[in-house]
Amino acid sequence: MTSEKVISRKSFSIAIILIGLVIAAVGIVMQVLPHEGLYDLPILLIMIGAIVALFGLRQFFGSKKLGSGISFSGKSVLQFVADKAIILALLVLVVVICFLQPSFMQVRVVFDILTQSSPKLVIALGICFSLIIAGTDLSAGRMVGLSAVIATSMLQTADYGNRFFPDMPQLSIIIPIVAAIFACMLFGLLNGFLVAQFGMHPFIATLAVQTIVYGVCSLYFDMAPNNSQPIGGVRPDFTAIGQTKFFVVPKVFNGVSILIPIAAVICFVIWFILNKTTFGKNVYAIGGNKEAAVVSGVNVYATILFVFIIGSLLYGFGGILEAARTAGATNQYGLGYETDAIAACVVGGVSMTGGVGKISGIITGVLIFTVIQYGLQFVGISPMWQQVIKGIIIAAAVAIDLSKYKKK
Amino acid sequence: MGEYVLEMKEITKLFPGVVALDKVSLNVRPGTVHALMGENGAGKSTLMKCLFGIYQEDGGEIVFDGKPVKVTSSKQALEMGVSMIHQELHPIRFRPVMENIWLGRFPKTLFAVNHKAMYNKTKELFKQVDLDIDPSVLAGTLSASTLQLVEIAKAVSYNSKVIIMDEPTSSLTETEVEHLFAIINRLRSEGRSIIYISHKMEEILKISDEVSIMRDGKNVGTWPAAELTTDLIINRMVGRDLTNRFPEKTTQPSNEVVLKVENYTAASPRSFKNVNFELRRGEILGIGGLVGAQRTELVEALFGLRSVASGVVYKNGTQVKMDNVRKAKRNHLALLTEERRATGVFGILSVLENTVIANQKEYTTAGVVNNHKRYKVAQESCKQLNVKTPNLEVHMENLSGGNQQKVLIARWLLTNPDILILDEPTRGIDVGAKYEIYTIMLDLVARGKSVIMISSEMPELLGMSDRIMVMCEGRVTGFLNDKENFSQVEVMRLATQFGQQQAEVQA
Ligand SMILES: Nc1ncnc2c1ncn2[C@@H]1O[C@H](COP(=O)(O)OP(=O)(O)OP(=O)(O)O)[C@@H](O)[C@H]1O
Ligand SMILES: [Mg+2]
Repeated sequence: MTSEKVISRKSFSIAIILIGLVIAAVGIVMQVLPHEGLYDLPILLIMIGAIVALFGLRQFFGSKKLGSGISFSGKSVLQFVADKAIILALLVLVVVICFLQPSFMQVRVVFDILTQSSPKLVIALGICFSLIIAGTDLSAGRMVGLSAVIATSMLQTADYGNRFFPDMPQLSIIIPIVAAIFACMLFGLLNGFLVAQFGMHPFIATLAVQTIVYGVCSLYFDMAPNNSQPIGGVRPDFTAIGQTKFFVVPKVFNGVSILIPIAAVICFVIWFILNKTTFGKNVYAIGGNKEAAVVSGVNVYATILFVFIIGSLLYGFGGILEAARTAGATNQYGLGYETDAIAACVVGGVSMTGGVGKISGIITGVLIFTVIQYGLQFVGISPMWQQVIKGIIIAAAVAIDLSKYKKK
Repeated sequence: MGEYVLEMKEITKLFPGVVALDKVSLNVRPGTVHALMGENGAGKSTLMKCLFGIYQEDGGEIVFDGKPVKVTSSKQALEMGVSMIHQELHPIRFRPVMENIWLGRFPKTLFAVNHKAMYNKTKELFKQVDLDIDPSVLAGTLSASTLQLVEIAKAVSYNSKVIIMDEPTSSLTETEVEHLFAIINRLRSEGRSIIYISHKMEEILKISDEVSIMRDGKNVGTWPAAELTTDLIINRMVGRDLTNRFPEKTTQPSNEVVLKVENYTAASPRSFKNVNFELRRGEILGIGGLVGAQRTELVEALFGLRSVASGVVYKNGTQVKMDNVRKAKRNHLALLTEERRATGVFGILSVLENTVIANQKEYTTAGVVNNHKRYKVAQESCKQLNVKTPNLEVHMENLSGGNQQKVLIARWLLTNPDILILDEPTRGIDVGAKYEIYTIMLDLVARGKSVIMISSEMPELLGMSDRIMVMCEGRVTGFLNDKENFSQVEVMRLATQFGQQQAEVQA
């Protein structure tokens, strides 16, 4: 108690804003001075400074909602460290990588990481619904594959030699995309039906559906004349969905991938659904205490159906992005994506026991995994070691997260 | 509308192996409080769950507001004008209080939930029922009694014609009960009807207009409350007279100290501090205090469930360290926890498993469980404690609350403890079963064992204890040593010594 110090949120936020401005100023100064060997560090510092200052501004204007005072004590600092442990660990990792390999400090790298994260984020956002109702969805990865195969099979150029449907006319791009996503949603409906109707555990239901989806996808993929050949010759108007880049300045800046704004929009939509709609709140309620939801008159059956349908919609869309980005598809697309997505969600603080999970956490979780993968690759650590490190991160992150809930 | 707002006619409900309701009828007049009484397992909650659409009746008819209805879901019941406070329901802990309240009917603008409106409506509701909590705090951070008040507020907020209250006062303090009664009186004057289930006679006689009594899934009858007395109710509930509420104690505690606790202080700064007491062989030590007095925390720490910062415990004169449950059990301590749903009952395991789980090892031969032996022991102890269950294979969750409690007591008795700690042992338990539990306690002390009993029920605390230790805000504020002259006033005085320095206490 003696070591506790309370300062007003106003002065706290002003301090944060100042720190942000100082960081940005340092960046500007460095940018003006010669800075070979530091790559884009100045620009990155300016960006970081701006973000910190924005955070401070939010604190400043949100003081009504967040409470007017902040207390500092040994305990609250520890609490903060436990709360943000995973982000702090990430920062440390980034700093270490920067020292080992200064060329990591490039704007290009930042955008690469964001780009690579985007499709994964879409899948993770799809799977978070089923995690929040204390379930899971093992069929996510295979649905990505199904959607990729269906979409690309109908979107090949007319002159490609090895067409999936040799006589198919050039369809409007919308039709195959809708068909692919719709197919996924049918299986999502099946997932939801099995869970809601029979009270099956989602692990079992989606395991069964995962197997079915893969089988169906492989059968489709194996149809004559394709006979399980990888699908290629994808139309450029389709690949544009995954490959378009904005703001390209030749030799200086190689652009912002279209995947980033797409993922951003989806994030916003899902955030809105989870936090602002009745459906979203019912999802949390069912995960938190299903019985309480039932006796409060929540339509649990319909909510569970929608949970899996929304999920499958996003997996389907993720499959479209993957197919477009890589300009092709096989029935092996999406293999294991669900485990990555679940890991990202869980590291981001989504509870497997249900009722807890935030979009910001999921974004962090996905970013962490991409940074690790990209960063370790960047400094030349072998993929085998990468796996080991990834596993350790999952276990450590969740252990720290759980320690928050321990009472006494 | 006729004479009744609700008529339940000859409702029958079967569960595998049990006839929970056998042609039970219940008629409720508008603008009245209708008490529903009966022993544990009589079928009160089951009848209400049929009305609220959680169960579907197997026979009979429900007429609501003059119209025959078939209630198939809680949603329908709520829309029809019936709301319910559930006997055992946990909140959605990680969601704000206001979402817990408006779940299933959030205020909306277009597609979006209107948080501001929800917040304001909750504030308004809380003002109506005189509750002072921030609607946006997480439900999990509130105490049990506050949560119960929130549940009450929620039930009121539906503006229902009929409000079912299934043991609404089980975790409320006396002032909070008064408060609830004020709310009930207001609702009654607005013409709403309340079906009030409770085991507390004083409450029933005070608040209700009519009383219906059930026994073993059947109607006993309905009487105006004015014609009833505690004795009459008990007689009709149990089917026989129960002249004393406490059995006669024939033995005296010896002077031998079996447990001595010195300067016991919890690791958490808000919990108990500097607790000193002794427990003698053959003694029942009552612990009194208000909700929040840290009594539960104290006994949980003794049983190795919580960490302590300092303090020494002596068992039979030797210092012992019990920082986990296994060590506590090895020292022959047993603890019946307060929250039976959360920390006692294994819902989907059988009654048999629930009975023997704390001393499973004793039924093994070379590591292999001897089922026959387990069964025999469990059957014996369930019979001894009068557990009402069709057989030992029934899932524990299907037993009524009181019978679950008896099974838990049986479980701990089987570990053959020297010191049995009971935390609110008779909460939600009917008079007959209470008497049985008291008898078990006396039987234990007569055999030279000792009992520590936390109780918030004054008559029980005064009637059963040999000595009473009273706590307030984590401090021991005093002892009552003279069994012949226990006084409620003295207990309350000691229980309300807030914010004072540790009193000089002589044990
Ligand atoms: N889901 C169920 N499955 C099987 N049996 C059940 C189920 N629910 C209740 N029962 C049985 O029905 C009977 C009535 O139980 P109920 O919970 O209605 O009693 P109660 O009068 O509310 O008792 P208490 O005062 O302890 O709450 C009990 O014998 C119980 O074992
Ligand atoms: Mg009951």
